[in-house]
Amino acid sequence: MEKFIKLTDTAVPLPIENIDTDQIIPARFLKSTDKQGFGDNVFRDWRFDHEGNKNENFVLNDDMYSGSILVAGDNFGCGSSREHAAWAIAGYGFKVVISSFFADIFRGNALNNGILPIQVTPEYLKSLLDVIKEKPDTQLTINLEDQELSSPVGELEFEIDPYKKVCMINGYDDIDFLISKKETIEAFEREQTF
Amino acid sequence: MAGKTLFDKVWDAHVVDTVPNGPQVLYIDKHLIHEVTSPQAFSELEERGIPVARPDQIVATADHNTPTVDQHLPVRDLLSRNQLKQLSDNCEKHGITLYGLGHKYNGIVHVMAPELGITQPGMTMVCGDSHTSTHGAFGTIAFGIGTSQVAQVFASQCLLLTKPKSLRVNVTGKLKPNVLPKDVILYVISQIGTNAGTGYFCEYAGNIFEEMSMEGRMTVCNMSIEMGARGGMIAPDQTTFDYVKGREFAPEQAEWDKKLAYWKTLPTDADAVFDKEYSFDAADIEPMITYGTNPGMGIKVTGNIPDKEDVNLEKALAYMNFKKGESLIDKPINYVFIGSCTNSRIEDFRIAANFVKGKQKAANVNAWLVPGSQQVAKQLIAEGLDKIFTEAGFALRQPGCSACLAMNDDKIPEGEYCVSTSNRNFEGRQGQGARTILASPLMAAATAVSGKITDITKQLN
Repeated sequence: MEKFIKLTDTAVPLPIENIDTDQIIPARFLKSTDKQGFGDNVFRDWRFDHEGNKNENFVLNDDMYSGSILVAGDNFGCGSSREHAAWAIAGYGFKVVISSFFADIFRGNALNNGILPIQVTPEYLKSLLDVIKEKPDTQLTINLEDQELSSPVGELEFEIDPYKKVCMINGYDDIDFLISKKETIEAFEREQTF
Repeated sequence: MAGKTLFDKVWDAHVVDTVPNGPQVLYIDKHLIHEVTSPQAFSELEERGIPVARPDQIVATADHNTPTVDQHLPVRDLLSRNQLKQLSDNCEKHGITLYGLGHKYNGIVHVMAPELGITQPGMTMVCGDSHTSTHGAFGTIAFGIGTSQVAQVFASQCLLLTKPKSLRVNVTGKLKPNVLPKDVILYVISQIGTNAGTGYFCEYAGNIFEEMSMEGRMTVCNMSIEMGARGGMIAPDQTTFDYVKGREFAPEQAEWDKKLAYWKTLPTDADAVFDKEYSFDAADIEPMITYGTNPGMGIKVTGNIPDKEDVNLEKALAYMNFKKGESLIDKPINYVFIGSCTNSRIEDFRIAANFVKGKQKAANVNAWLVPGSQQVAKQLIAEGLDKIFTEAGFALRQPGCSACLAMNDDKIPEGEYCVSTSNRNFEGRQGQGARTILASPLMAAATAVSGKITDITKQLN
């Protein structure tokens, strides 16, 4: 997994609530057996019409907005457990998603793929979306070590599981950790009485 | 010290280790896999040279991507065929039991495992599918995981997790006639919203759940994820034990007695405290339908779409082509889907068959009836339900996830409405531009007969 320490970049505003994993990556694109190429189809049915023409009104097709930070409405990533949604977000080039609320499974999948989900208050989110819309070249800075998000809206300390923070900063994943616990796991199996 | 919840008891019994100030290592008893969310996990292990730790605790099925007609023929879609072949190859290579297409145990993962007795009370179960919450109906901690976690379970039979908070949903009283488990859970989600359960594991309690069949409990627990909860559980009781006993992989004799004694200790202690609790009166629940693009956008079938200023509502109604404040009664419907891990069990088809018996499917309706498994399909025939459906103008398809997520050819055309017994009415869920209305199998059967949304309470009274 790629390390994540600090990032300064512009952001893409997507002020839609309850963005579900079927919108992030529709099921018909889940037939691949590797992790490549999902970025091309992220938000597919919002980005393109049924004939494959670009929907000019969708923010990812608006040249004004770019950057590796996605700022999205409340309850981002609800729905399915498909990690393809995280692969699609990462494949498109997003490294951070900011929202006022994340669905559990998506949050975990994001962290397991080096994408940092940052939860902010609904008020902060609203102001941030307004600022970015007004000034698309607004720079945001994320410092994972200090758990700090800086934007024109203000500095904010965000929460992250301390274990996951270490994983992100060092590029470790859970498999490394779990394999190191092999003996403890085997001892647990032997002790099972039911 | 306060007592323990059902969830606490099962969770605590599976904690292998705790990272200081961090997550816990949770042991997983059963790992279910299917073709869509497993290939990248197998590749991950192979790239790192890690073996599958406990292949005998994994069971595989092919369901998401499979056709529901002509299953004896090679799968036509090349990408689907490749994905199914990879599952077979991976299972063979790693010594994992696979119930592939055509196998007598094949079916939707959350229908197949309970009916074979693989799902048992007190277990921890995972699958790369968010509707793994279904198995919670047995008093099991069961939840959906991402593919990275599938690889973790392959590698270690464990997961690193932070214990979720506890939530209890109580429904007590007396249900009105024709109110089914699907209506109960759609009602609950419509009341508390699609993220009320996020960060929580839910327990459903009260006489309404106690009186439900296992099939009904599975329908309820299945949709826990639609209110954001990773899982939902119901305390195991005599209904649970009677269901599990005698099934293919259920414990037998002395082993059964030992397990049964343990299972009886699992229900939540009277003095246990939940982090959050909701209570509902069963009498307030009526047959439900959804009008929007998330499962929380539900109303009673005789109700009106809310009329309020709300950008999310407006966006959803623009997609559905409905208006604020309108009633959906008499809306013409051309597609009906009875199936999915929510409602494709034998009881669901009994309910639908009982309604359509002696009636005829409306000419405008394309109805897709998709049993959840080969076992359900077999049972349908044994009970003569197939004849009732055929006489009423319906055709039964072969098992699979089908039009619930439209990964195979079972797609609802653009702009068409589908009254569906599945679990998600997201934009494009059943096909690009398709408009989904979630409902119970009874509502779906009634819609198929009338060709429009119908007040089921009036029809049956």
